[in-house]
Amino acid sequence: MPLQPIKFYQAGSFAVGNRLLDPEERTVQARTERSNTLTSGHRACQGCGEALGARYTLDAAMRATGGRLIAANATGCLEVFSTPYPESSWQLPWIHSLFANAPSVATGIAAALRAKGKTDIRVVGQGGDGGTMDIGFAALSGMFERNDDVLYVCYDNEAYMNTGVQRSSATPPAARTATTGAVGPEPGNVFGQGKNAPLIAMAHEIPYVATATVAELRDLEYKIERAMEFHGARYVHVFVPCPLGWGSASRDTIRMARLAKETGLFPVFEAEHGEVVGVSKIRRRVPVEDYLRPQRRYAHLFRDPPRTDVIERIQAGADRNIRRFGLLEDEDAAEDGLMRVLAETDRGPQ
Amino acid sequence: MFQVRIHGRGGQGVVTAAELLSVAAFDEGRHAQAFPTFGSERMGAPVTGFCRIDDRAIRVREPISEPDAVIVQDPTLLHQVDVFGGLEPEGYLLINSERSLEELGVGELEDRFRAERLVTVPATELARAHLGRPLPNAALLGGFAALTGVVSLASVAAAIRGRFPGEVGEGNVRAAEAAYELVASQVGEPSRA
Amino acid sequence: MRSQIEGSRAVAEAVARCRPEVVSAYPISPQTHIVEALSNMVRTGELAPCEYLLVESEFAAMSAAIGASATGARAYTATASQGLLYMAEAVYNASGLGLPIVMTVANRAIGAPINIWNDHSDTMSQRDCGWIQLYAESNQEAVDLHLQAFKLAEALSVPVMVCMDGFVLTHAVEEVDVPSQEEVDAFLPPFEPRQVLDPDDPVTIGAMVGPEAFAEVKYLMHAKQMHALDLIPEIAAEFSQAFGRSSGGLVQAYRSSDADTIVVALGSVLGTVEEVVDEVREQGVKIGALGIKCFRPYPVDEIRAALGHARRVVVLEKAFAVGIGGIVSQNVRLALAGLPVEVFDVVAGLGGRAITTRSLHGLVGDVLEGRLEPGRPTFLDLDWELVGRELERMSRGRRSGPHAENILRDVGAVAAQPH
Repeated sequence: MPLQPIKFYQAGSFAVGNRLLDPEERTVQARTERSNTLTSGHRACQGCGEALGARYTLDAAMRATGGRLIAANATGCLEVFSTPYPESSWQLPWIHSLFANAPSVATGIAAALRAKGKTDIRVVGQGGDGGTMDIGFAALSGMFERNDDVLYVCYDNEAYMNTGVQRSSATPPAARTATTGAVGPEPGNVFGQGKNAPLIAMAHEIPYVATATVAELRDLEYKIERAMEFHGARYVHVFVPCPLGWGSASRDTIRMARLAKETGLFPVFEAEHGEVVGVSKIRRRVPVEDYLRPQRRYAHLFRDPPRTDVIERIQAGADRNIRRFGLLEDEDAAEDGLMRVLAETDRGPQ
Repeated sequence: MFQVRIHGRGGQGVVTAAELLSVAAFDEGRHAQAFPTFGSERMGAPVTGFCRIDDRAIRVREPISEPDAVIVQDPTLLHQVDVFGGLEPEGYLLINSERSLEELGVGELEDRFRAERLVTVPATELARAHLGRPLPNAALLGGFAALTGVVSLASVAAAIRGRFPGEVGEGNVRAAEAAYELVASQVGEPSRA
Repeated sequence: MRSQIEGSRAVAEAVARCRPEVVSAYPISPQTHIVEALSNMVRTGELAPCEYLLVESEFAAMSAAIGASATGARAYTATASQGLLYMAEAVYNASGLGLPIVMTVANRAIGAPINIWNDHSDTMSQRDCGWIQLYAESNQEAVDLHLQAFKLAEALSVPVMVCMDGFVLTHAVEEVDVPSQEEVDAFLPPFEPRQVLDPDDPVTIGAMVGPEAFAEVKYLMHAKQMHALDLIPEIAAEFSQAFGRSSGGLVQAYRSSDADTIVVALGSVLGTVEEVVDEVREQGVKIGALGIKCFRPYPVDEIRAALGHARRVVVLEKAFAVGIGGIVSQNVRLALAGLPVEVFDVVAGLGGRAITTRSLHGLVGDVLEGRLEPGRPTFLDLDWELVGRELERMSRGRRSGPHAENILRDVGAVAAQPH
C-alpha cells in the first residue's frame, strides 16, 4: 500500500495537493499526458461516480500498459452514456457486446491476442454491479476459474441504474430502489445474504483482488497499476456513488464515497492469490447515520419516528466489517487476513 | 447392399464393432456406413450398431430394419429386445454365447431361417483368453467374417490394429482369429453373401 | 485424404485445417466429439497457433468468439439444441456486429421434453437471427461446407452456421475426403477483418444505435445476406474447381427437371429421399427431389426455378412452427406464389424418429393418390392412438399429469412386457 508521509489538506476537502509531490508520485490524472481514455462529451449525470471511476481506472491502466489496451464493456450506464450514437467518448479500442458477457468477451479478446503473439496488448473487462454480480456472474466466475489474462473492473453503484434504479444483489439493506420501494411494513431492500464480490473473487484464488473508491484517487490508480503488474485473472471492485439513484447531491459524490469507507460499510483492501495483503485503515471513524442521511434512498429511515432499529442493524454490519477486515488502526492485523475474515461469525471472533 | 445389425449393451463395444466392420469393408475398396442408436450415454443400456456395406455409394440413413446379418453381443438381450426383427430369410445370425440356440431358448429360429447360417460363438470367453478382458466385439467380427465372407479376416485384423495399437490390438486380433476358426469349423467355407 | 472416419472427427480435422485462432467450446450431445477432437489437436500442437477456451457455458462460448473475432482472430465454436438457445442472445449479437464467426450446429431437438436426437428445431428456431445457414447432406458435404463457410463469412463479415444432423451424421462412420493443409491454405486465405480492436487504430464496436440509424444498420445485414445469394454459388464453384467435387451451393436438384412431383428436404434425409426417388422412378412415376443447401439467405428464385414446373411439391421437414405448421413449407410456398403447384407440408423425424424408406414410399403413394391435403401439416408416422389416449386423459380431469410421462408409460419398453 502506498504511504503518504506528508498530509496537506485544502480547506473544505480532503484532496492532497499534487504540486507538492515529486512528479513521479503525482497522480495519472494530474499529468497532462494522461490518455483521457474516457474523454469529454459523454452523457453521464452531473456528479456520476462511475464516470469518475472509469476515467481514473482506464487512464491508470493505459499508463501502466503504455496505451496498449483493449476494453470490453457490459451493457449499463457506462456503456450507454459513453456511446451516444453517433458519438463515442472512448479513445481506446472498445467493444460492447451484451449485458451478461463482458468477462467472456474479454476472455475471447485475450485469447485472440495470445494466438497472435501480441503479448504487449492487455485486456480490461468492465461493467456495473448488475452486469458483473448478477447476470454476468457465471461469466465472471468462469473467467476467474480459467485465470484468463483479464483485469475486470466492477463499478458498483449498488443498483441497476441504467434501467431506472432497480435492486441488484449489490443493493445494500434498507436502500430504496424502484423494486424495493419505501412502502409497506419493511420499506427498502431486505437485510439479505449479500453477495460479497471481492471475497468471491478471492475464493477463486486469482492473482489480484482489490477494492477502491472514487474518494481516494491515488489509491485507485495504484491498485489498477498494481493489477497490471500481474498476469492472469484480476478483479477490482470500485465503489461509485450515483447521485441520481441514491438521491444524494451531485457535488457530494466523492464525499459519499469517503463516508462509505470511513463508516466501515465499504472495506478498502487488496488481496493476492486469495489472501488479504493490505487494508486501507479508517482515518476517522464516523457513525453510519452520517453516511445514510444525505441519501434520499434512506430517507424513510429518518421519518417520525425514525427507524433506529434498521439503522442499528446497518451499524452492526459496519462494525462487523471493521472487525473482519481490521479497518481501525488499533486492531491487530492477523497474519492471514483471509483466514481471520472467514473465521469470523456473527457472534464475534471464534 | 449387405446390412448388419449389432445388438449389445453400453460398454461392450457395439459402436466400435460396427465402425471396425465398416473400416474393414472400406479397406477392401467397398463403400460402408456405420452408425449407432443409443440412449443417453450410460453403461448397460441396450445399444444397437448398424453397418451397411455396398459397392455403390450408400445414401440411405435410416436404421436397418431388414438386416442381412444380426450379431448379438449380449445374450441377455435375446428376450428383452427384438433382436431378430426383420432378419432376412437368407440372413445370418451370430450370437455371443457358449450355449447353443436351443439352450438359449431360441431354437425355433432354425425353422424360420437357414439353420447353417445361425451360429453361436463363445466370444467373451475367447476375449478373456486372448485379450484378458471380456470384450467380445473384435472376436465377433472374426466370427462374422467366417460366417458370411462379407469381409475377410485379414481386413478385420487390419481394422482392429488400426484402432487399437500395440498389445491391445494384437490380443483382439487373436480373439478374432480364434472366433473365425471356431465359426469356420461349424459352417465350412464361408459363402459370399 | 480419403478415409473411413466418424463425421465429427472429419469436421474437426476440416476446421483445424482452416486455421482457427480461437476455439471456444462447451460440450453438448451430439457435438462433443468435434470439440474433443479439436481440443486434442490444440494440445498436441497439431493445430497451432490456436487458443482453446474451456468455457463455462454456450453463452460464454459465443461471447468469447465475439471478443476473439473482434480482435481479428478467426473464431470457431460448435453447439446444438439447448446450447444454441442458451447462446441465442450472443448469436444475434454476433450477426448484428457483423463478426465472421463459423459455428457447427449438430442438429438436435429442442426440449421440453428433453431429447438428444436429431431434428432441425434448433437451427430453425434461429433462422431469423442474421446468420447464414447451410445444411449438409453428408459428412463429406459437412467437411466441405466448413471450408466454404469461413471463406463466405470473412468475405461478407457475416457469421455462418453449418448444420449437420446430430448422431445421424456426427456419429456416422463413412468415407470422407478431408483436404490437406496445403489445399485448404490455397482455398482459404488468412482472415482480414473489416473491423478490429487495435490500439494503433482504436474503434468503438457495439455502440447504441437509436431510431435515427437502427433501420439502416439492420438493412445492411439483409443486404449482405442477399449478396450471399450470389457469393455462395461462386464459392461453391471455386470449391468444385479446387477440390474436384460439388458441395454446397444454394439448392441441389435430383432428377427433378422433368418431375411432376418433387420432394424438398434439408440435410441428411436427402440421401434416403434420393433412394426412394430412384425406386419410385422405376415404377414410371416422374418424381424428383430438391435439396435446399442454403436456407438463409433464402434462395427464393432458385427454388421457384427448380419447383415451378411441378404439379406437386412435398416438403419434408424435421421441425415445425407450433400453431402454424411447416416452416420450410411456408418458405417454399412463398417461392411458388402465383404458380399452380400443390404444396404438401410433411413434418417427420421429430426428436430423432427415423424417416424410413418404407414410410417415404407410403407418403409418396398418399400424395399421388390424393390422400393428403395440401396446405395442412401432415405428421408422418405419428401414433394417433397415443395422442388420442392422452387427449382423453386430459378431458377426464384437471390433474392429468405430464404428457411425456403418461405417453411413455403407454409406450413402455419391450423389456417391460411379460415373456
